[in-house]
Amino acid sequence: MTTDIAPRAAAQRPPARPQARRRTGGRVHRTNWPLTVLLGLATLTVFVPLYVTLSMAFKSSAQSADGNAFSLPAPFNPAGFAEAWELTRFPVSFAISLAVAALAVTLTLLLSSLAAYAIARNWSHRFFRWSMIYLLVALFLPFPVVALPQIQLTALTSLDNPVGVGILHAMFQLSFSVLLYTAYLRSIPIELEESARIDGASTWQIFWRIILPLLGPMNATVGIFAFLASWNDFMMPSLIMSDPTLQTLPVVQNIFQSQFGTSYNVAFASYLMAMAPTIIAYLFAQRWVISGVTQGAVKH
Amino acid sequence: MSGTTLYQKRRHTGARRGVEPLYYLFLVPTLLVFTAFVVVPALIGIFYSLTDYVRFGDWSFLGLSNYAALFSDPRILESYGFTLGFAVVTVVVAQVIALALAVALSRRIRFATTLRTVFVIPMVVSGIVVAYVFNFLFSNSLPAIATAVGFGPLEESILGNPDLAWLSIVIVSAWQTIPGALLVYTAGLTSIPTDLYEASALDGASPWRQFRSITVPLVAGFILINTILGVKGYLGVYDVIVGLTGGGPGTATSSVAMTIFGGFTGGDYAYQMANATVFLVVTALISVAQIVATRGRAVQL
Repeated sequence: MTTDIAPRAAAQRPPARPQARRRTGGRVHRTNWPLTVLLGLATLTVFVPLYVTLSMAFKSSAQSADGNAFSLPAPFNPAGFAEAWELTRFPVSFAISLAVAALAVTLTLLLSSLAAYAIARNWSHRFFRWSMIYLLVALFLPFPVVALPQIQLTALTSLDNPVGVGILHAMFQLSFSVLLYTAYLRSIPIELEESARIDGASTWQIFWRIILPLLGPMNATVGIFAFLASWNDFMMPSLIMSDPTLQTLPVVQNIFQSQFGTSYNVAFASYLMAMAPTIIAYLFAQRWVISGVTQGAVKH
Repeated sequence: MSGTTLYQKRRHTGARRGVEPLYYLFLVPTLLVFTAFVVVPALIGIFYSLTDYVRFGDWSFLGLSNYAALFSDPRILESYGFTLGFAVVTVVVAQVIALALAVALSRRIRFATTLRTVFVIPMVVSGIVVAYVFNFLFSNSLPAIATAVGFGPLEESILGNPDLAWLSIVIVSAWQTIPGALLVYTAGLTSIPTDLYEASALDGASPWRQFRSITVPLVAGFILINTILGVKGYLGVYDVIVGLTGGGPGTATSSVAMTIFGGFTGGDYAYQMANATVFLVVTALISVAQIVATRGRAVQL
């Protein structure tokens, strides 16, 4: 029922505005300016930390130590970035973060879409139903519960490196992703597959040629969740990775907490370099990200 | 009963369409990796919680004595108290703000898309980095402002105050998780037909009455999802604490996750595995309790 009503409501919305305005003589339903201003002020909670990061990053080390976080950089000094670049070995840690996230996303998409397809199409069979429940167990399994044995296991199998972290990130995305995919697969009419089957397509071909392309929007959703969880994670790489020179971008930021003699401007330049890639990517792909996350909310 | 057995028998004798072997190939690898990397470690951990294992060397069975010790360890009890309290406060704060923002954004305001874009930014940045930035604000800027306006209680950094440090963790955790909840609520609100509001407005319902009697019941399912996922996330809080207080001052903001991880270096490996097992049970019970307590409350159109 809900799904029936949603598109109808959406279709009705555009004409609803002029109608309402006419009825009330164009007074009541005009733009709610006080609310707009209030929301504008609320964005300060987002902007202030970002502004402080940006302005601190461009200060001289003397100015960054004066305790006034909100002042503009004077003189304008981008030298902190060079030092941060060296200290965090930015190109290396950036590349490792990217590799870990790429592995996590690829594994999540592949494993959970295949598994979800098998489960959704064989729901009448006990093995597949129970497999679903088995995979869903991890939805309520926090990482700390299995962390200690996982640290040991990855050390034993020589996976105490970016590859192991990528695999583990994928494992913790699995439940949620299988859930999203199976819900979505139920909404894809089975007739499409049946007609392809009559034309002689095998299940293998059907999955790659028909199902996977149809899963497009859900792939984006699952991929975005998996990417953000992996890219921004601190807990797992910091515990699993044994070689500090292979650490990810969020983890290497901790050198500014322990190392004396580095100034705030260097630390903030580094934070900015760690935050900027996802913020910039998000601003360019925001419609995609927002609709992707929203899909995830509606579909399960 | 007989119906069930009949049904099962039919399936076993292959009267139904058999499963194409390829489907097993699709599913089994995932089950195997999942078992190897998640389930087996969990079982190993539960097993070691019954021993005196210290991560290497010999071990012997202790039975449940690790668990018994756990329940009389003030440090452990304190960490549970902190973690549960933190999760409850944060989920309430974050959900109230997220729902309020979602409702406000759905009203007749200007720049709604731009505003939403801004509010979602915290979702894409790393928690530990954000915590480092807020760490600076809490320990330098906030005391400076408090001193300037002469507000005594905040002139010292709240991060160094055992009674207030947890607030910083609530603030940063909420800051980071509100966007996700906001998007879920936005999705929920767009599924409510506008004629419901128009009809109730004609009947003289105030905006608050509309919120209580239309909006809340119709987004109840989304509130449930957000609360369950939120609480689960907050119970495992770690990154934000590392970046803000490191569990301090003293152990005032030490979460269960932090205590468990201490078992890797502290020599009480088996003991912390017992802690992890209890934590698993607590997390699962809370999730189930939430689902049971709210079942049937959501209104479906």
